Amino acid sequence: MKAIGKVFKYGDNVDTDVIIPARYLNSSDPAELATHCMEDIDKDFVKNVNKGDIIVATKNFGCGSSREHAPIAIKASGVSCVIADTFARIFYRNSINIGLPIMECAEAANAINAGDEVEIDFDSGVIFDKTTGQSFKGQPFPEFMQKIINAEGLLNYIKTK
Amino acid sequence: MGMTMTQKILAAHAGLDSVVAGQLIEADLDLVLGNDITSPVAIKEMAKMNLDTVFNKDKIALVPDHFVPNKDIKSAEHCKCVREFALKNNITNYFEVGQMGIEHALLPEQGLTVAGDVIIGADSHTCTYGALGAFSTGVGSTDMAAGMATGKAWFKVPGAIKFNIVGKPSKWISGKDVILHIIGKIGVDGALYKSMEFVGEGIKNLTMDDRFTIANMAIEAGAKNGIFPVDDLAKDYMKEHSKRDFVVYEADEDAVYDEEYTIDLSQLKPTIAFPHLPENTKTIDEIKEEIKIDQVVIGSCTNGRIDDLRCAAKLLEGRHVAKGMRLIVIPATQKIYLQAMEEGLLKTFIEAGGIVSTPTCGPCLGGYMGVLAENERCVSTTNRNFVGRMGHITSEIYLASPAVAAESAVKGYIAAPAV
Repeated sequence: MKAIGKVFKYGDNVDTDVIIPARYLNSSDPAELATHCMEDIDKDFVKNVNKGDIIVATKNFGCGSSREHAPIAIKASGVSCVIADTFARIFYRNSINIGLPIMECAEAANAINAGDEVEIDFDSGVIFDKTTGQSFKGQPFPEFMQKIINAEGLLNYIKTK
Repeated sequence: MGMTMTQKILAAHAGLDSVVAGQLIEADLDLVLGNDITSPVAIKEMAKMNLDTVFNKDKIALVPDHFVPNKDIKSAEHCKCVREFALKNNITNYFEVGQMGIEHALLPEQGLTVAGDVIIGADSHTCTYGALGAFSTGVGSTDMAAGMATGKAWFKVPGAIKFNIVGKPSKWISGKDVILHIIGKIGVDGALYKSMEFVGEGIKNLTMDDRFTIANMAIEAGAKNGIFPVDDLAKDYMKEHSKRDFVVYEADEDAVYDEEYTIDLSQLKPTIAFPHLPENTKTIDEIKEEIKIDQVVIGSCTNGRIDDLRCAAKLLEGRHVAKGMRLIVIPATQKIYLQAMEEGLLKTFIEAGGIVSTPTCGPCLGGYMGVLAENERCVSTTNRNFVGRMGHITSEIYLASPAVAAESAVKGYIAAPAV
């Protein structure tokens, strides 16, 4: 499986309150949540994002609240993968559990620029920046998590077990 | 190789003699928790997968607390979804408006969380119960759904950071200063994926409410959980509040810690986290300018307990909030509310020019009951000061103890009480 898209770049500690502000948590509808995705950090994100685009950020992406609405909003906005130096642990779990591809790779997170065209090969873990020609190796998931992702989420995985 | 307290609890719940950091395990759950924001997502996911029964109706707690009493029609629909699920599944521990409280103050008070438990909750501050010697951690709605259906969850066994607590805090220094000091020291990802293990002779100088506040904010350092040893004070608390048997786990002498810190309580000063991260801490003496504020919130799962209200009332007694100041006091549970009423604390708050609200998380996450306008500033005893957390993206939140919050409400700018 591959993802190709344009990069939206953010810094350290992007928290779940800016990914999806709590004032919109009176809804749990993915499409509705997506219309407010990243609103408090990047008000033009929703206007500019296209299907397949990629979010790249540095340290501790998704810190704060446990709201699964955060990865749900990102996924529903069309984003194909989030690459970060590190992820906050609840966001990491939630992404795997709902089937939003994420990848930890410090080198890629720091080197890739906003607007770059990036291609990710999930099987090999290779992240290729087509704009700069640089290539990076992402951290592959442990086998157990790969099984959850392959089952397209935790509940599917439980059902098939 | 020795195990930490957290690792011992996880090993016992996974049916293993021992575990090591990094190991993936599946553990039995003693309690699965959800609120009115996270539970509807879990309930819908369960329905979609035709998972129509729960593993144990006594081991699930559903606490509508974020946007209740219902703040708007959509919130009302969420609460209705949770209520109907609770009724259909005969959930023992469903807490309706009038009997509820902010989940992390409510569950220990109701005796639902005890030492030795493994608890997951679809709320990041589920780590609060570590104050009682339980392993408890925040998860998302899908984990909650899986937990409700199977009674199990997968975990990666965390490594640990040890905090050796020594000394005795000075007057007006409380658990909030301790945890803000620690987060200021290690950063908002300083304990990422790890457990924060609090040990040391200084713990005896921390009340249970101090410990709940400290464990509560472990997540603000990125930790998986925070945990305290089970001493006589913790045992007395559990005997008073719970009918359940508890199991005391102790760390092995040769347990492995990635890092160790010593925290001398006697050296701590009133500590305030500046916008927009809990790690941006300053002690009161480091604040040279007068930072004028518009609103003070005293409450939340972090600081809405009786000790917190008593402390604030002591400072507000016979005084009045500054001109133009909005003081919002929110007892965290109905029981605390009643206790505060009987002790005359509510009278003090109202006479000081504050309002007192029914238990709700409302203002902490900018839901309702104290949303901030453009460029407004709030001193809050809550746990997060992210951009836009309490309202407009230009508004500012300063996290502090109930003592600093109360004194600031009177002065009109960030201030700590005189010692």
